[in-house]
Amino acid sequence: MNIIFRLILTCWLLLMSSALLATPLRLGITSATARGQYALLEEWRDYLQRKLDKPVEFIFRESYLESLDLLKQNELDFAWVSSPAYFENSRQMNLLVTPLYKGQPFDHSYLIVPSSDHVSQSLLDLKNKVFAYVDPDSSTGYLQPRYQLLQQHQNAERFFKKTFFTRDHQKIVAAVAIGMADAGAMSGFAWDSLARSRPDITNQTRIVTRSAPYGFPPLIARNSLSKRDFNDMQRVLIEMNQDPDGIKLLQRLNLDGFIVADSKLYQGVYKMMRRIGDL
Amino acid sequence: MKFFLNLSYRHKIPLWGCFLIIISVIAVSASFIGNAYTHVEKDLSIDSEKLGYSLRSNLFTAILQDDIWRAFEIITEASQRESSSMVQVENILVLDNAQRVLVSTHPKETPIHTNMYDLGSEFSEISRHINQMSGDKSRTIYLPKSKHYYSLTPISRENASLGTLIIVHSKDVFFPLFAKNARNGLLVGTLILAILLPFNWYWGQRMAVPLVQLAARMAQLGKKWPEDLDPDLYEYHDELGLLFEAYNQLLDDLKSKEVLEMQILQSERLAALGQLAAGIAHEINNPLSGMLMAIDTLKCHSETSPLTQKTIALIERGLTQIKDTVAALLVEAKMKSRNLLPQDIEDVLTLISPMSGKKALHIAWHNSLTDEIALPATFIRQIMINLLMNAIKAAAQQGEISCDISVIDSKLQISVINDGKTLSAEQISHLFEPFASFSEGGHGLGLWVTYQIVNQLSGNISVKKENNNHMNFTVKIPLGEHP
Repeated sequence: MNIIFRLILTCWLLLMSSALLATPLRLGITSATARGQYALLEEWRDYLQRKLDKPVEFIFRESYLESLDLLKQNELDFAWVSSPAYFENSRQMNLLVTPLYKGQPFDHSYLIVPSSDHVSQSLLDLKNKVFAYVDPDSSTGYLQPRYQLLQQHQNAERFFKKTFFTRDHQKIVAAVAIGMADAGAMSGFAWDSLARSRPDITNQTRIVTRSAPYGFPPLIARNSLSKRDFNDMQRVLIEMNQDPDGIKLLQRLNLDGFIVADSKLYQGVYKMMRRIGDL
Repeated sequence: MKFFLNLSYRHKIPLWGCFLIIISVIAVSASFIGNAYTHVEKDLSIDSEKLGYSLRSNLFTAILQDDIWRAFEIITEASQRESSSMVQVENILVLDNAQRVLVSTHPKETPIHTNMYDLGSEFSEISRHINQMSGDKSRTIYLPKSKHYYSLTPISRENASLGTLIIVHSKDVFFPLFAKNARNGLLVGTLILAILLPFNWYWGQRMAVPLVQLAARMAQLGKKWPEDLDPDLYEYHDELGLLFEAYNQLLDDLKSKEVLEMQILQSERLAALGQLAAGIAHEINNPLSGMLMAIDTLKCHSETSPLTQKTIALIERGLTQIKDTVAALLVEAKMKSRNLLPQDIEDVLTLISPMSGKKALHIAWHNSLTDEIALPATFIRQIMINLLMNAIKAAAQQGEISCDISVIDSKLQISVINDGKTLSAEQISHLFEPFASFSEGGHGLGLWVTYQIVNQLSGNISVKKENNNHMNFTVKIPLGEHP
């Protein structure tokens, strides 16, 4: 009797400690992907924890670059980054999932100006203006307009009077609305999401052009991550749109779900990067 | 001005006090308010410069990294935070070293890369001030006629300067702040006025009312006797108090002088009357004695008819009455008399007792004489009888009479007091004149005779109304002059 009791106690203690000491899965989030929805992200983290039966940590960083550095140093297991950020380090990373927006794994780049600007019809009309970018690693908020200028044989470094980075797509709207920037480039997904929650802000801006579709910023994992953790995370994310709690979270994230990421989705970005010379 | 100077002290003292108090309070309040203005300016400068210093370090890093969005967020957050505080931030600008706008909280009005000189005259003026600045100290600029004030802080670290931070504040906050301080000053002023003005008014009245009353009474002097001053009117012994004392003294002196004059006048009048009466009496007495002797002789030595006898008797009675009257007028106190004994006094009581018994009077009798004294007994008895008879006549039914006989300061003093009706001052002034009777049935010679006797004995007689309205007749006669 005594021996059985001791055995049970030992097993229980072992189980408890394994649960307690389980290394958490760490997901890097940047300002551009967080979009200020920290409470929602917290709920998403709880959801993932529940589904994975493992502790999950979200690690927030200002720029894609910082997230990538952490990933390379094995300080992160996953990161939600821009596609250029992935390509710059594709050897050390694996694509995990791509979010679905309006049922498609694509995002667009919007060129926006203040609503008071009725004149500008294209990027070329914005010569010698103050221009706002999102992040040097953003496809929609940096790469796309520069690529477009290059195609028009313009030097992106001298075309604008002044440029600056806001690190956050939605802050591009603010910068343009208050007149700090004369124009800005940003994710169409971010603009649409903001238009849904704060139309009063987006109404102060006007979309001049919408770009061709680009692969939606993917979630990536470090190479060294165990196959099991990689698969678990991929499975949980993909199955989110089959679960009532997951669907609710996706709705609030303004996404339709996740699919297995395919590098073909990002060929457009890859081409732009090659053309500009970033790769 | 003349009008004011001619005003009564009743108004002039409080008005003058009020004027001085109001002037002082206005001066103090004005200095308060002036101080408040300087303080407001100073406080706002300090607050603004504090804000500048707090932003400087973060801005330095952001500008160093050319992160102008970060710089924008820093200044916007500060501007929003301060918008609820007393220093109302209207705009915050960050300039580079070429004095171009790097970033501002109001990019539409002050766009990026605009030169300060293109932002209007006020900013041109500010630009001039920035050129004059040295070191890393903040400065606050108040431009005349401007609706704003500006605080300038160099964005520098260890002598490396990246530009200047300009915080633009609205002066609108000035007036409410100033008004708040000024209101406090005015409130204190009003409070002081509320305390001092009534006090001043009271004090002025306290000074003026006695003076005014005194002046009014002084003006009456010589025309009629002024009413007495209320003794509680001014009870202090300062100069004003001394003035009141002097006035009262003056009034008392004047009154006693008048009383003395009246007394002299009266005694002179009575003396003249006495001489006249005595003269007439003597002149009448001689023929009268002859006539009476002639009638006596006629009655004894002639045969006359009954009608004649009746006529003679009639004449004799008439002449006798004249003689009596003349004798009464002709008081002669120089005749010899024995000295007064205590028993004589007691005899008087016995003599008047039947009369007092008729009115059931109570006589309070105090005779303190123990030995013989050198005064003529006959006259003293006559004086006492006259006074007591008068008192009995005047006293009320079952009334009270008191008689006090004593020797004080070598003077015999006789006081007779009755509770009868009182005499007016006018009646008292004619009391000792002959035929001045104030009671029914009296011939009015009793007091005249008494007065004459007392006068001839070098004494005096006085009448006064006691506090309980009893009439007091007092006779004082010096001892020893009439052995």
